Amino acid sequence: MKAFAALLGYELRQAAGSGGALLALGFFAMAASLLPLGLGPDLQLLARTGRALIWVLAALSALLSLERLFAGDAEDGTLDYYATSVLPLEAVALIKMATHWLTTGVPLILLAGLITLFYALPPQAAQPLMLSLLIGTPAISAAGAIGAALTLGLSRGGLMLPLIVLPLITPAMIFGCGAALSGAISAWYLLAAVSILAVLLSPFAIAAALRLYLAQ
Amino acid sequence: MSDPELTLPTFTRIPALILCAALASIACGLFLGLNVPPDAHQGYAVRIMFVHVPAAWAALLCFIFITVCALTQILTRSERADRLATAAAPVGMVFTGLGLITGSIWGKPMWGAWWVWDGRLTSFLLLFFLYFGLIALRGAFEDKARAARATAILTVVGAVDLPVILFSVEWWTTLHQKSSLFRAGGPSMAPVYIHPLLAMALGYSLLALWLIIIRARTILLEQHLAPAQDTPAEIRIRS
Repeated sequence: MKAFAALLGYELRQAAGSGGALLALGFFAMAASLLPLGLGPDLQLLARTGRALIWVLAALSALLSLERLFAGDAEDGTLDYYATSVLPLEAVALIKMATHWLTTGVPLILLAGLITLFYALPPQAAQPLMLSLLIGTPAISAAGAIGAALTLGLSRGGLMLPLIVLPLITPAMIFGCGAALSGAISAWYLLAAVSILAVLLSPFAIAAALRLYLAQ
Repeated sequence: MSDPELTLPTFTRIPALILCAALASIACGLFLGLNVPPDAHQGYAVRIMFVHVPAAWAALLCFIFITVCALTQILTRSERADRLATAAAPVGMVFTGLGLITGSIWGKPMWGAWWVWDGRLTSFLLLFFLYFGLIALRGAFEDKARAARATAILTVVGAVDLPVILFSVEWWTTLHQKSSLFRAGGPSMAPVYIHPLLAMALGYSLLALWLIIIRARTILLEQHLAPAQDTPAEIRIRS
């Protein structure tokens, strides 16, 4: 338990020090600004579509900081160190997912709250949006980490990552947008269920993929 | 060196038998299908069902097949399971594409639209993307062993995700309360429709199986030929 907390703290400090999350946040802000340019100044249209657009853009932006999730450790041998440490590789995977969520996901949620101004969304629409993002982004971090571990060390891995991750995050996106738009209670439950399922099961897939990388 | 697998009669005769059975089944299905009476609601367009539903069926069967191969590959590191999974992915993707196209062609007279965001269509489209991801991931690795296991992991993750995708898009459709002038299952099945449908479904499935076997055989042959072609000329002469 102490080792888990220590590693989590270390990873958080590392991730906060590197600039990967800023890339995701910057892309989110820019893309969210581009869409109204395309849709036109009709504020009613933006308000109607804004929640879903912000949700999808937030999910896609979170994928940007995934490429460096394991790559830095793989390059300098830290991954081998993790593989032989006290903690099982599944725990390391969980820590990495949590790091990604805390350094990229949570800032995205806060930024999304600000972006709702661009889409003329009132606070009573923005609050469900941010809550649904809060519940749904762990699933995105989980599925994204699976993709990052599978494409570790590949030359075209960065391009392949969104390709293989997008079908995996689609359920979270559907339920998240459903919860933000309709407020139906079952959408919230299903979103929470998808997130819990993703967070619980993905460490096994991530660890298997990491072992695969280390074995070569 | 003589590889027993390359010389077994099953290697050549059974695929030929499967192909004959597939073609016979499809011919039978087409003959029966082109002679069915027009449907009360859909008219003659109901016949598109005989190419659409079997294609979708075959696409799903391929995915189940690949999932079984992936699990076998993870548990036993079997090369044959990996070969079959490699062979089956493009086949499944093509059948998914065929299902999407024929479904779209069927949709235009039925619903007046080439595409609707119905639950079944959306999840079928996502199946297409899953196949695409599998093929892309396998092609990205230099090391074949790592490619095999990584693709197997992605297949299992996708297989777990597929029911969730199906469930989520079914929910999404009801959430948006789409006014449906279509019926999800097609016409209520009179026996005169069921027979050609089953014949075509059997034919498509056998065709998919034949394609997978032929592709797996080609992959095996390529693996046996590749070492001789990759070694530089000097080493080949020496050995």
